Amino acid sequence: MNALVAFPILLPFVLIIVLLIFRTVRIAGYIALAGTFLLLMLSFVLFWMVRQQGVVVLQMGGWEAPFGITLVVDYLSALMLVVAAVILLSLAVYAPRFLPGEISITRFFQLFFALAMGLNGAFITGDVFNLFVWFEVMLMSSFVLITMGRTKDQLEGGIKYLALNLVGSMFFLAGAGLLYAKTGTLNMAHLAIILRDDCQAITMNTTAILFFMAFGIKAALFPLYFWLPASYHTPNIVISSLFAGLLTKVGVYAFIRFFTLFFVQDPRFWHPLLLIIAGLTMVAGGMAAAAHYETRRILSYHIISQIGYMIMGLGIFTPLAIAGSVFFTLHNMIAKTNTFLVSGMINKARGTFELKEVGGLFRQSPLMAVLFIIPAFALAGVPPLSGFFAKFILIKAGIENGNFVITSVAVITSMLTLYSMIKIWNEAFMKVQPANEYASRSFRKPSFGEYFPSLFLGGISLLMGVFAVYLFDYTLEAANQLLNPDLYIETVWKGGTGK
Amino acid sequence: MEIVLAIVVGALYTAGVYMMLRRSIVKFIIGVILLSNATNLLVFLSSGLVPGRPAFSGAAGSSSAPAADPLPQALVLTAIVIGLGIVVFALALKYKFFEMTGTDDLDQLQKTDKR
Amino acid sequence: MNSVILQIASKYIKGLLLIFAVLALFRGHNYPGGGFIGGLMAGLALLYDSFAFQAFQVKERLGSKPERYIAGGLAAVLLSFLPSVVGGKELMTGMWISIPLPVGEPFKLGTPFLFDTGVFFIVIGVTLVFVFSLTQKDKWK
Repeated sequence: MNALVAFPILLPFVLIIVLLIFRTVRIAGYIALAGTFLLLMLSFVLFWMVRQQGVVVLQMGGWEAPFGITLVVDYLSALMLVVAAVILLSLAVYAPRFLPGEISITRFFQLFFALAMGLNGAFITGDVFNLFVWFEVMLMSSFVLITMGRTKDQLEGGIKYLALNLVGSMFFLAGAGLLYAKTGTLNMAHLAIILRDDCQAITMNTTAILFFMAFGIKAALFPLYFWLPASYHTPNIVISSLFAGLLTKVGVYAFIRFFTLFFVQDPRFWHPLLLIIAGLTMVAGGMAAAAHYETRRILSYHIISQIGYMIMGLGIFTPLAIAGSVFFTLHNMIAKTNTFLVSGMINKARGTFELKEVGGLFRQSPLMAVLFIIPAFALAGVPPLSGFFAKFILIKAGIENGNFVITSVAVITSMLTLYSMIKIWNEAFMKVQPANEYASRSFRKPSFGEYFPSLFLGGISLLMGVFAVYLFDYTLEAANQLLNPDLYIETVWKGGTGK
Repeated sequence: MEIVLAIVVGALYTAGVYMMLRRSIVKFIIGVILLSNATNLLVFLSSGLVPGRPAFSGAAGSSSAPAADPLPQALVLTAIVIGLGIVVFALALKYKFFEMTGTDDLDQLQKTDKR
Repeated sequence: MNSVILQIASKYIKGLLLIFAVLALFRGHNYPGGGFIGGLMAGLALLYDSFAFQAFQVKERLGSKPERYIAGGLAAVLLSFLPSVVGGKELMTGMWISIPLPVGEPFKLGTPFLFDTGVFFIVIGVTLVFVFSLTQKDKWK
């Protein structure tokens, strides 16, 4: 049964092979649809297993814990896997309808599954170097995806994206090297055993700061985020939405994993640093989003602003705050992807992403307006949608723990988020269409296949809000597992080969 | 010997960062290569140098001398392969970008940052 | 490049390199060598060929697309996981069968070898993609 743990990696692997062999464009979409659906089912099964067993472990090749590669699924991994699979499924529906003709759908889906493989691998693995490898798998496929359309902008954005992410990878690898030099292991559970009890472990801060830089670049934190707004608006909207929902969140996941499991020796240094960075990230992203007038750029800056909230929970470091972080990450993955999907629909209807050039969409397609308002209000934090509860938990945790500065920053940034969402709403949907070359385009109502992914994700946002209690229980469980990793360590360490 | 290699790592990092900060994309890629080699060497050194020893000692503890640690070598091999792939992709990207725009100047890459 | 010396020499060196590549592949696991080194050598042989001739000629002579090599290699890697799943062991456990030979020690064949063969073909495919994409001006993909 435990062999199922490896299947979120193996399934995309099989699909890549299938798509390399059967290159017909017509069936590629169906293969991808079936594959992502299977992936979702698989994630649910893993989640169910986690509910039964607490932590599920697979030792690859039968090598015991510190020697082989360990795959571990706990609540955090399982929740991330489920939400990632939901997004992949909705994009598998969305992609064939929105990719331009010059991008081969088969090729796109090959890379799509390579990205999914890296993503799932990063969520599952229990080994620092293996995490690096999965990060690279993800990065390599994203490099190709971002330059796929081969326009000038995409190549330019690709160079910037490549440059900063490469530096991030170097930091990661150097950190892994130093970690191995100091502790002699790269297994996360073993590291936790060594570092949690060691009072000398404060000297690990030099190593930890390398990982901080690496994950900070991947997650787009305040001084390191500049690759994101320079590149995310260049590729096709399908690829933008794929990146927006998934890539930066893996950085956040790695942050949560590392800074709760073994870099916990020096909270007096790390927690204020994380809080300061989180606050600056929120404000910088939020203000830049308020200043822009192009949907994709606004939404790209928004990604940055929201990363701040996820790190804020990690900086407060109470069970409630970590639960808030996890809740926020899950909510944000869904809602953020959804806003990108809707902006793709706006672009398809009008032919531009510039807000000043479009308008009057509410009159022509009220459905599209509703589809936009759900994720937009979810991001801004309007009840009863998912974002309200995510922010509510974080702010409650902040006040309870006495972190008033960061809490007020979070509340003010919420206003900025609301402002920029209302800006898109006013400009694209309410305003009368300005008389320009885009006005004469014949409007075609989105077909069912085009709006279904957005409806699906919007429905999930709504359900996450309405049934927030249940989700909150799970995220609180995840937070408890993260803050008391005894079960994690014990299952990896003493569970031996798992069977 | 480790001291010398440690200095080499530092020198490679310095050179790599210097090259990355130049204006030309080709020099940037050279910087990436230097930087990735510096990191690989750093990882390689993380287990210390045990020259002339096999990775696993042979039959039944026949020698008391320390065996070399195979793990960093395996890690470095993986990292080299990844570095190779990334460098080739960067070269192809640069090639295509040059073909399209005719410029090799990083200062010309301002379009996606401007509004 | 159009040099007769290089072209004649490439015929022999290519064969030699391919032989050494397969040798390195079979030597692997217990001795220095293995799928990656072997694959690089084989890729080098074809790279040498594409220096002597034109890259597209090599591509034509190859008969199938480099993507097929990658797909085949990945499939072989996947196949090497199967015995451990069927045998009820942990995933990716090495499984060996012993084939007795008429002379000398028995020949041991295991899943790591299948894995290595997969890597061998992936590396060849990837090297070819590198070469073709960096040398062909019009077909950049």
